Amino acid sequence: MNVAQQYIDLYEDQKGVITTHSSGVMNAPRELALESFVQQGIPTKGLERYRYTDLSHVFDIEYGVNLKTLLPNYNPYNDFSCDVDDIESSLHFLVNGVYQGASETPNLPDGMLVGSLRKLTEEYPEKFAPYYNKLAGEKNDPMACFNTAFAQDGLLVYVPRGVEYTEVLQLISLFRSQVDMLINRRLLIILEDQASMKMLLCDHVDNDITYLSTQTIEIYLGKGARLEMYDLEETHNETSRINNVYVQQEADSSFLMNGTTLHNGLSRNDIYVDMIGEGADVLLSGMVIADKKQHIDNHTFIRHAVPNCTSHELFKYILDNQAIGAFSGRVLVERDAQKTLSEQSNKNICLTKSARMYTQPQLEIYADDVKCSHGATVGQLDDQALFYMQQRGIPAKEARMLLMFAFVDDVINTIRIPVLQERLRKLVEQRLRGETNKCTGCALCGGRTCNK
Amino acid sequence: MLEIKDLHASINGKEILKGINLNVRPGEVHAIMGPNGAGKSTMSNVLVGHPKYEVTKGTVTFNGKDLLEMAPETRSHEGLFLSFQYPVEIPGVSMVNFMRAAMNERRKYQGLEPLKAGEFLKLMREKRAFVEMDSKLVNRAVNEGFSGGEKKRNEIFQMAMLEPKLSILDETDSGLDIDALRIVADGVNKLKTPDTSTIVITHYQRLLDYIKPDVIHVLYDGRIVKSAGPELALELEEKGYDWITKEK
Repeated sequence: MNVAQQYIDLYEDQKGVITTHSSGVMNAPRELALESFVQQGIPTKGLERYRYTDLSHVFDIEYGVNLKTLLPNYNPYNDFSCDVDDIESSLHFLVNGVYQGASETPNLPDGMLVGSLRKLTEEYPEKFAPYYNKLAGEKNDPMACFNTAFAQDGLLVYVPRGVEYTEVLQLISLFRSQVDMLINRRLLIILEDQASMKMLLCDHVDNDITYLSTQTIEIYLGKGARLEMYDLEETHNETSRINNVYVQQEADSSFLMNGTTLHNGLSRNDIYVDMIGEGADVLLSGMVIADKKQHIDNHTFIRHAVPNCTSHELFKYILDNQAIGAFSGRVLVERDAQKTLSEQSNKNICLTKSARMYTQPQLEIYADDVKCSHGATVGQLDDQALFYMQQRGIPAKEARMLLMFAFVDDVINTIRIPVLQERLRKLVEQRLRGETNKCTGCALCGGRTCNK
Repeated sequence: MLEIKDLHASINGKEILKGINLNVRPGEVHAIMGPNGAGKSTMSNVLVGHPKYEVTKGTVTFNGKDLLEMAPETRSHEGLFLSFQYPVEIPGVSMVNFMRAAMNERRKYQGLEPLKAGEFLKLMREKRAFVEMDSKLVNRAVNEGFSGGEKKRNEIFQMAMLEPKLSILDETDSGLDIDALRIVADGVNKLKTPDTSTIVITHYQRLLDYIKPDVIHVLYDGRIVKSAGPELALELEEKGYDWITKEK
């Protein structure tokens, strides 16, 4: 049987339950999205955009679902006593994709909204309907369509014109179940003109269950808006995540997205940035440290539609054992997008002969007065440097550690919150030293999960 | 201190060292000269345990211990130091982190506690001043973007930090102008004690004007073919190597 069929059947059978436990705004595009998913199916390697990541086998498992959006009898606040001393942060939880609230009542500026996507779109349907599934719907990716058909809740963030939110908004997305589980979650983030904020997203698992999560994030940045988004995936080898991110940037807006994958099973991050206003700036950076059979595919697409925008990409992978990494960076510079500045760099280290890295820069330039560059390398640790360090008394193992740590340091330096940089350095060091071999909880926020 | 007996070594199956015999006592400075391809760099690489070279025969004892049995880092901990002919650039690893790791690994080997941050930085400052190294360099990544002279000075700085018992200077004079040569040689001379020894590998007599050897050896085709006092350097400078190799 076609792998997709069980999900199509599930939708048809449970349509009523799905819509009852969601909002009108979220229900509106469901039918069309499902139809599009039915036509396209689950992406396999036959599809150019998915040539390095075949998703059929991660869907070919009988997952449980939580269509009644029940929250487990569990209080995440007990585990996540946020102790990031030097970060003013407010902590929000999604448990299995359902918004469970904040660690304390957030002290929000006038007009700013943060909370359950379902509840807030129920409360303000006219305000948010024009945004919901507009970017994702246009792109029509089969996985985003799947998410649109099934997602019932998630997080909504709305920052009105001119509001600068200075705390770091942290979203902990926790998977917790007794049976293998499919989780669909959705984020809608709207920053009006001149608004700014910083977000930290952490994915964690609570036990050794097999999880498949889909996530679609839509981000709207108004004129001069500034968003920093830090995304940490620290789950375990039985977790698959399919993450579609759509960003629209108006004039002079600035977007930074830094993604770190430390532990996972299979991950596909699809990031689409559309720069539609002059003077917009985007920086996408990512770091992957993977071993065993971890599989990570970062797929980015930046569209320069207008003149004078800048884009930077920096992705680095360290792959051990039989890990597989893929990066593709497509940059499209439209005919009118003169004075575009675009840089892309993807550097990778394969520590073993069986680790695999696929890298694919794709520049498509129709304007004639632009500056675009790209570079990609796949290599090993520098033997000469290793020997030099050994001669100075640093044991081989420690020397390798220092070299790997140095290798990813410039990615960590793209993080603009110093405390977060330090935390991540520590986490990366532990990871490289093999002190953590799966999720040990949120080292960024001091929480602990995965007691097994 | 160092006793090399009938040392044979090869790289990729090709024999380069064909029976080296050498004895270095505490406090001595030995110079090793010889034409290109004689095996000078191979000898220094074999002594510090470079994995590319294979020792096929012979023994090396260092302060009574079997040197060839030790991992490269252990040789370093035991007091062996190589000033590389081509010091390696290590982007992203700062000089401070690199030296701290090196110092503390050695202390661990010696059963000592790691240095406190303050002590370590003070030591760095002292030794840096000692070799007249620009403070900007120690704040950078190891050798990254250093000029040829700065790299060699950095080698001597590391030597000052680690205080080895036996230092091998592999073509330390290559790529140095005369001022840099003087500073590097001064550093080496100031670091010398009656208990430490030095092996200077060089093409030219020039460096030996600054670092005075007790013995000069001529290495040719994988063997030491002549050993004599410092006057040999002048003779070599004048006549080249031909007369020795013909003598053979």
